[in-house]
Amino acid sequence: MKIGLILRPALIALLLALVLRPEWFVPIFAPFAPEGGPVIYQRASMLSLSVSHLAIVALASAAATIVAVTLAILVTRPAGAAFRPLSRTITNMGQTFPPVAVLALAVPALGFGAGPTLVALFLYGLLPIFENAVTALTNLPRATMEAARGIGLSRWQCLMRVELPLALPVTLTGIRLSIVIALGTATIGSTVAARTLGEVIIAGLLTNNTAYVLQGGLIVGLFAVLIYDALVQLELYLLGRMGG
Amino acid sequence: MIEIDRITKTYGTVNAVDAVSMTVETGSITVIVGTSGSGKTTLLRMINRLEEPTSGEVRINGKSTSSLKPHLLRRRIGYAIQGHGLFPHHTVARNIGAVPELLKWSRDKINARVDELLALFSMDPAEFRDRFPAELSGGQQQRVGVARALAPRPDLLLMDEPFGALDPIIRTRAQADLRQIQRKLGSTIMLVTHDMEEAISLGDHVAVMDAGKLVQYAPPAEIIARPATDFVANMVGDVERPLRLLSLISVSEIIEPGEAEGEAMPETASLRDALSACLWTGRDALPASRGGKVVGRVTLKAIRARAGAHA
Repeated sequence: MKIGLILRPALIALLLALVLRPEWFVPIFAPFAPEGGPVIYQRASMLSLSVSHLAIVALASAAATIVAVTLAILVTRPAGAAFRPLSRTITNMGQTFPPVAVLALAVPALGFGAGPTLVALFLYGLLPIFENAVTALTNLPRATMEAARGIGLSRWQCLMRVELPLALPVTLTGIRLSIVIALGTATIGSTVAARTLGEVIIAGLLTNNTAYVLQGGLIVGLFAVLIYDALVQLELYLLGRMGG
Repeated sequence: MIEIDRITKTYGTVNAVDAVSMTVETGSITVIVGTSGSGKTTLLRMINRLEEPTSGEVRINGKSTSSLKPHLLRRRIGYAIQGHGLFPHHTVARNIGAVPELLKWSRDKINARVDELLALFSMDPAEFRDRFPAELSGGQQQRVGVARALAPRPDLLLMDEPFGALDPIIRTRAQADLRQIQRKLGSTIMLVTHDMEEAISLGDHVAVMDAGKLVQYAPPAEIIARPATDFVANMVGDVERPLRLLSLISVSEIIEPGEAEGEAMPETASLRDALSACLWTGRDALPASRGGKVVGRVTLKAIRARAGAHA
């Protein structure tokens, strides 16, 4: 915990500096740039790329969460139990397709830009959220569920007041995995002209400029680590309130 | 008054509960006792329609339970179960106030009711109101579970092995507390247990279930003295019958004038306790006291006569 107290603000400061003041890092990245070449990516500001990157991830993850959790609720009702294997197959399929393949297939339909990336991230994010939500909703404490029905909660009240709040920490674990995967995967969206931090990395790879690759990679990596950490803290807080 | 009228539950070809009829008086404790698989829990769960009866009817104060939607019916019937079933993500106050909240009581009225119930169960409201269930001991969780069931002042309180998860010492205290609170509030309680000892000490009436049938429904003294079938006799335990009978009779019933040596026995104690004291201290008679003053004596002979009186 003590390490976290120092490390967390340090990483946040490093990330902010990389995004807002990339020119500060010229001396550090210079050795990695080709002779006489540019050290810092200039074609777009890090801030606008970061915002666009995070917005794509947030949108895709939000959509994946809504669809996966809704699906999980439906298949854990007595009436929907028969659909559980089918919905499992569908969400599994989302993970089987590599995101690159989804991008390639989606471009003809959606054109270049953020569209194909959103579709790929959405499909890729479904499975962890769905699996975790189903596990959480089927492993609720039996006595609590029995009491909830026994004291007169309607099915809807039972779901909203008891089942979903109790399933939240485990579901959140799935959402966290999905977001972190999406943060990394979004970088390849730049190959089909989505505005993400992948643009910096890919420009570096194309021009043999390791400084660009480092710059883009560090920012994406730091976002992933810090968002992961924040969500873990949120889960711990929720679990703590329920007494573990 | 709760009337259960030829209620039956069939699973496949087996009658889990087979045409059970019984009438429970308002303000009494009825204990349904039986071995596992006897249908006692199914019987209880048909009263608040957690199980729908295959046939038959339950009437509460003359009104059929099938005239209401199940979840609305259940708000009028308290329900407490083994392992308490509290909501782990809600505070003690929200747990107890759960049903009043569903019934749309005002916030002030709910808060007042929560504090009243916590005090009734000897838990300081200021200390416990905002705790989470995980922060309570097993006995406290169980009390909050019962308080939640009592919160909306239900017509009837159903309890399914409510003390099953407690250790023996806490269980005895919880039973005494329940008895005392029931007397104070005049609640009608139906309680399921597999423990005949609990049934005898707690029930105004005991209903013995065997293989889905109600084999005997009578006050505890009658169950002990005149078991209807071998099964009931077996449940009571032949060897312990005289002691169980004595545990139901208080010293006050057989006080006679006279003096005796040694420590006095309060008149509210049971004859079982008096007999135990006689044997342990080697006396033939004990002084009996009322409010700390000796008012007479209890003799071993009188206890023996009482134990044999049923024959």
